[in-house]
Amino acid sequence: MMLTMEGVHAHYGHIHALHGIDVEVQVGEIVTLIGANGAGKSTLMMSLFGRPQASAGRIVFDGEDITHLSTHDIARRGIALVPEGRRIFPRMTVLENLQIGAAQADPANYEADIARVYSMFPILQERLSQRAGTLSGGEQQMLAIGRALMSRPKLLLLDEPSLGLAPIYIRRIFQIVRELNQDHGMTILLVEQNANQALKVAHRAYVLQHGEITLSGTGAELLASPEVRAAYLEGGGHA
Amino acid sequence: MSTVVFARHQVTATERFRDAGWVAFVALILGIPLIGLTTVDGGGALEVETRFGVLAIFVVVSFVGRLGLRWLIDTMGARKLERLRDDSNKSAGISPVKVVNILGWIALGASIALPIMYSDNRYVVDTATTVLIYVMLGWGLNVVVGLAGLLDLGYVAFYAVGAYSYALLSTQYGWGFWEALPVSGGLAATFGILLGYPILRLRGDYLAIVTLGFGEIIRIILVNWTEFSNGPNGISSIPRPSLFGLDFTRSPAEGEQTFASFFGIEYSPMHRLIFLYYLILVLALLTHAFVSRLRKLPIGRAWEALREDEIACQAMGMNTTNIKLSAFAIGAMLGGFAGMFFAARQGFISPESFTFTESAIILAIVVLGGMGSQMGVVLAATLLVLIPEFGRNFSEYRMLLFGAAMVLIMVWKPSGLLSHREPTLRLSRGGAAINDAVKEAAQ
Repeated sequence: MMLTMEGVHAHYGHIHALHGIDVEVQVGEIVTLIGANGAGKSTLMMSLFGRPQASAGRIVFDGEDITHLSTHDIARRGIALVPEGRRIFPRMTVLENLQIGAAQADPANYEADIARVYSMFPILQERLSQRAGTLSGGEQQMLAIGRALMSRPKLLLLDEPSLGLAPIYIRRIFQIVRELNQDHGMTILLVEQNANQALKVAHRAYVLQHGEITLSGTGAELLASPEVRAAYLEGGGHA
Repeated sequence: MSTVVFARHQVTATERFRDAGWVAFVALILGIPLIGLTTVDGGGALEVETRFGVLAIFVVVSFVGRLGLRWLIDTMGARKLERLRDDSNKSAGISPVKVVNILGWIALGASIALPIMYSDNRYVVDTATTVLIYVMLGWGLNVVVGLAGLLDLGYVAFYAVGAYSYALLSTQYGWGFWEALPVSGGLAATFGILLGYPILRLRGDYLAIVTLGFGEIIRIILVNWTEFSNGPNGISSIPRPSLFGLDFTRSPAEGEQTFASFFGIEYSPMHRLIFLYYLILVLALLTHAFVSRLRKLPIGRAWEALREDEIACQAMGMNTTNIKLSAFAIGAMLGGFAGMFFAARQGFISPESFTFTESAIILAIVVLGGMGSQMGVVLAATLLVLIPEFGRNFSEYRMLLFGAAMVLIMVWKPSGLLSHREPTLRLSRGGAAINDAVKEAAQ
């Protein structure tokens, strides 16, 4: 088991955002979390990272209890985050961004890791000395993914990677998610509003509502489930 | 990039006049109580007199001044647009990095030659020394504000810690300049960490307020703790630094030699001034080399990443606590060195030298120079020291001139004189990244 969350509660001040979450991610899986705005998807992902720390429950990563570790210690255990809104370092160059991603990794792997990023995202190699803030939204998202990969993570967290991107980039991002999993054996936890696409790439999925898991199953099961179709797929305009 | 539109609203004459009219109207409303009415002593009782003539002049000046200012801003804006248009058409030309590099070498050459050319002009050498102190302070604060993005309004506190450490160590315990140097720097760095700890969670405005308070605390302690710091009277007869044991005095102490007697030249008080000048030049250059080197190491990139996005930094596995504390400590240490030199040069220090105004000027140097730009600091420090000096002829309007110059710079170059950021990594022809740190780490 790569990641287990057992009965995790989280609070933002007095707001009780997560009510006893149970989530499991196995090695080599793509697991997706879908849910409406404010359902607690991002909170769940961030509480994995200790922001905010779980107020109750247990988070176990790769056999180690990480519930009470600080954010940077969790990151050093081999979890990489592609944050919502990308959060690249805009005034620094593309190369510097990638370099910072590798800051905590073994320097011996640097050449191989950067070569992997170049082969997945040739556009980044063309723009290495360009300021990251001048990239387009889709390119920035690729940079954010590339930066996360530079640390050689065991588990990759993607928080709304398709948010605010042009359709052509959205397709490309989901394609990348699939490639990472199939060709590089990456375990991925994906949070998405774009339920249709996310369920198609996912092995398993959880539906989050008001801070609770209301449904879970394989991607195909949830895609076929009438509740999911009604709530997230039809009439929502996602295609 | 090819679809950038350079459209701009053309301001008509009527709009200009209406705008100036408004300003004149506000001037009139404000002017009536401030200028139009005045009280005179009319034999025991106060009488109100009117000065409508002066008021009229004031209103007219506001009107014309506003027209002129508007026109100036508009034409400058238009010129800038024109330049942008030119740049997007032909991107060739000399790169700004090259220009800055050339400027840097010229400045270095000039600063080495300066005391030779002005070896008999005390005023020039003294002023240049002051410029260099501010350059060094600016470089130190640049680590905290420019690179790590932590707004520090109390930087003068570390300057004071450095100065008082040396003053007390030398006058109370007889330490020499060179022995006290690492201790003063270390003490200032310790204070940097001391300040850093409670404010780890603060950012932006909140951070600024606490650092401002810290600067004041240090100054007020120095004023009030008389047994320790001699209070507002300050500490005097602080020994001057020597050149490998050679003093810069007229007559040598028994069994020792002075600089003049050792080299067999005639004693001149200028020797010490020139020595002090070269000393601060060396200290400043070492600071520059140190900071430039750090910037290219992982720690420097971590500082810049912290400035850009703290949450992303943590997600990359960086310990932001250590990054912030190291920025504060190193910035403080450099400020401490500068403070120590200041004490040794002046021979007398008092809390009056370490007021908030100093912090504000150092911060202004960093901001006017362009946050994070090393050459920008040199340019801004030179301007900010020289403008009040040239302004001496205008006596009480000196600070007005100083303020106006700062406003003009910010209107003309809102992101600082040299806002170009040089990447810390370069690409070779083959496309591979060239970075010493990476190579060293890989071996």
